[in-house]
Amino acid sequence: MTDGEIKVVTLDTLLVETMHFKEAGWRLMQICARSLKDNAGNEITYTFGDDLVMAHLRLIAEPDKKVPSVSHIYSSAFLYENEMHDLFGVEVEMMTLDFHGHLYRIKDAAPFKK
Amino acid sequence: MSTRSIVPFGPQHPVLPEPIHLDLVLEDEKVVEAIPSIGFVHRGLEILVQKREFTEYAYVAERICGICSYMHGMSYCDAVEHIMNVEIPDRAKYLRTIWSEMSRIHSHLLWLGLVADAFGFESLFMQSWRMREKILDMFEASTGGRVIFSVNQVGGVLKDMDSAMLNHFVAELGDVEKDLKVLSKTFLDDAAVNNRLRNVGFLTKQQAHDLSIVGPFMRASGIKRDIRQLGYNAYKDLEFEPITSEIGDSYARCDVRIREIFQSIDLIRQAVGKIPSGDIAAPIKGMPEGEHFTRVEQPRGEAIYYVKADGTKFIDRFRVRTPTFANIPGMLETLKGCQFADVPILVLTIDPCISCTER
Repeated sequence: MTDGEIKVVTLDTLLVETMHFKEAGWRLMQICARSLKDNAGNEITYTFGDDLVMAHLRLIAEPDKKVPSVSHIYSSAFLYENEMHDLFGVEVEMMTLDFHGHLYRIKDAAPFKK
Repeated sequence: MSTRSIVPFGPQHPVLPEPIHLDLVLEDEKVVEAIPSIGFVHRGLEILVQKREFTEYAYVAERICGICSYMHGMSYCDAVEHIMNVEIPDRAKYLRTIWSEMSRIHSHLLWLGLVADAFGFESLFMQSWRMREKILDMFEASTGGRVIFSVNQVGGVLKDMDSAMLNHFVAELGDVEKDLKVLSKTFLDDAAVNNRLRNVGFLTKQQAHDLSIVGPFMRASGIKRDIRQLGYNAYKDLEFEPITSEIGDSYARCDVRIREIFQSIDLIRQAVGKIPSGDIAAPIKGMPEGEHFTRVEQPRGEAIYYVKADGTKFIDRFRVRTPTFANIPGMLETLKGCQFADVPILVLTIDPCISCTER
């Protein structure tokens, strides 16, 4: 059980579902990546807030599949997307501000990847 | 025709205790854009959760930051308690609330000192930090630590405060309140302070919403939201209203934080008056399994803690979305159009905590 409903989305529906939240006036609260075992890719959770209410979109990003950026919808998303690229190796397409792997000055590429 | 140039700001700068870098695009002395750069001291503490037992990690979580240390440890424990279905005793909830509000007071006083130092008002800086020492003394008396307290455990807290200690703290906070009333007149009425804080760094209510900013930075732009309204710990039993301002400039952020210190003192008084007797920790059984998002109102705003565990003694994923991470886009917006000389103050007015951000 977690705080807020989690809706599963795909690479094709992510932007549409995100747009629904934006149009309804919800804010982007965070984006969190989690590396899946056996090189199965990453689980990415997008969290939105309407005052004190939370809701989530969950995307399973398979390895080598690029994830579309939501930074054109929520401008603050660029930091989260650069973070999941640097720490988990998630490839994000069309970020409004792309640090190309240099948001964090870390020695190893994608150190949080299993 | 104006001259356009790019000026690097930070990571080493007199007003920055911690490293953040900005590339400031200037037209003459006016900032037209700011591009941030962080990650100078990233420590990878989140991944360490896979190598430390879930009970031990509470001490690692506290070390995410030296200012919000207590709340990081508390919130990690709260998230794990949720997935383990552990209901902590009411007294533990009140103790957590009291230490949380003391943390907010010390953090806001720290910020008041830093901002006074940034605009060159040294005596104001020293008075703010003199008051903060009293709060640190209370931490030391009740926990043994001034920065890292290590009083949280999964299931409750490790130390109690007896009624004599709590009453002594209330009396001490009464003195802090008197001193702060005097100090706040200087912060809010003095011409030198007003010249540096008023009418700079505006952020509208709509911008604050669109950029998803949090905490006093958001409330100073008129959004009435405080995560304590969720009623976690003892907040469900305490009376308070989120403190806001409709102005949205640097002065409003200072005003909101000062009023939040008074509010925290009031919340501690209420909590001390209502704290029940009883145990301070509940037993835990088994291993954590499941996932949960916990939210708390840290001194800098809403922090989100995510845990995911699969039934072993190690948590699979622990993630902290810190308030400063959420507030960076808002800070960049306030910088647009400001004068170059105002940049250090504007960066400070979001109360950045880079240590949290570089968790």
